Amino acid sequence: MSFINYASREINCKIVYYGPGLCGKTTNLQHVYQKTAPEAKGKMISLATETERTLFFDFLPLALGEIRGFKTRFHLYTVPGQVFYDASRKLILKGVDGVVFVADSQEERLDANIESMENLKVNLEEQGYQLEQLPFVIQYNKRDLPNVTSVAELRELLNPDNVPDFEACAQTGEGVFETLKAVAKLILMELKKGSGG
Amino acid sequence: MLGPQNSTFVMYDEEFKRISVVIDKLLREANAKVIFLVDKNGQLIAGCGETEHLDTTSLASLTAGNIAATGGLAKLIGEKEFSILFHEGEKDNIHISIIAQRVILVVIFDHRSSLGLVRLRVKKASEELTVIFDDLAKKTASAAEQGGGPGSPFAEITDDDIDNLFS
Repeated sequence: MSFINYASREINCKIVYYGPGLCGKTTNLQHVYQKTAPEAKGKMISLATETERTLFFDFLPLALGEIRGFKTRFHLYTVPGQVFYDASRKLILKGVDGVVFVADSQEERLDANIESMENLKVNLEEQGYQLEQLPFVIQYNKRDLPNVTSVAELRELLNPDNVPDFEACAQTGEGVFETLKAVAKLILMELKKGSGG
Repeated sequence: MLGPQNSTFVMYDEEFKRISVVIDKLLREANAKVIFLVDKNGQLIAGCGETEHLDTTSLASLTAGNIAATGGLAKLIGEKEFSILFHEGEKDNIHISIIAQRVILVVIFDHRSSLGLVRLRVKKASEELTVIFDDLAKKTASAAEQGGGPGSPFAEITDDDIDNLFS
């Protein structure tokens, strides 16, 4: 649910990175954080365990610039990927404007990807959303590793609706901004539709 | 509630000013240091007091996360929500309460005030803020019916506008 503030002339939108444990959601945010000019970003917050696994969420506020005199801000969140943190994952999805699904391309994580995608749909429906109606993009991460499933197969299993999808290596940053741009664009187009324009 | 859960939350100048008056008054009457209003989704709505040294964006996001987690706890034990949270520190304390089931009021105070005073003043301010947010909800709903409301910034947005954001 985006927040349009006519008083401060700001638009705030919430993007959630979803996906199985260790797929690279936090790494995506870290790359965005490192590559963004200091004046355009706030502090990145990670609520993580001692072993750097996400416990509740990561949060990164980004200010992208102005559209028609309105400052455009995106709040990027990740969910904890591990299966048993489901209660926390549901909370993060509240008020979401757009979702990025980060898939782990490694063969042995294929089942985990499918399970996480199903979990995303169920949790969204609980909040009254339909994934098909939300701005949604998919990222096939870790393309640099040797034991990866082909993009064609991942597409068939994870992207039946043909939403925008991207190959990435979040460690090096490849594909990270392309993914973010795509979801931000979809969100803004959705706002345009909602305003009757 | 401000309209349906998944609709856009809009703040207008008029209501923003009314809100500012209420929280400025609360800041004085409760002897507080800082006051924030945060949307349940973590967006900062308004703030006053000694905010210049605070990371207000992070504060808003963590407050909303805190309320969400506590709300989850409440549901697990059969409560609707915990409408008040209080965190006590060595110097500063945080009093968090939910207004009109949608907005979070955060009051940061130190030894110059007390929990009792803050609770008392917050209660009164909450009633005033509820009226304002109800008005805002009505305004947003009627604007949505008319399609976007006055001067919606998105009605004429172009692909170029969006691409320029990332250039």
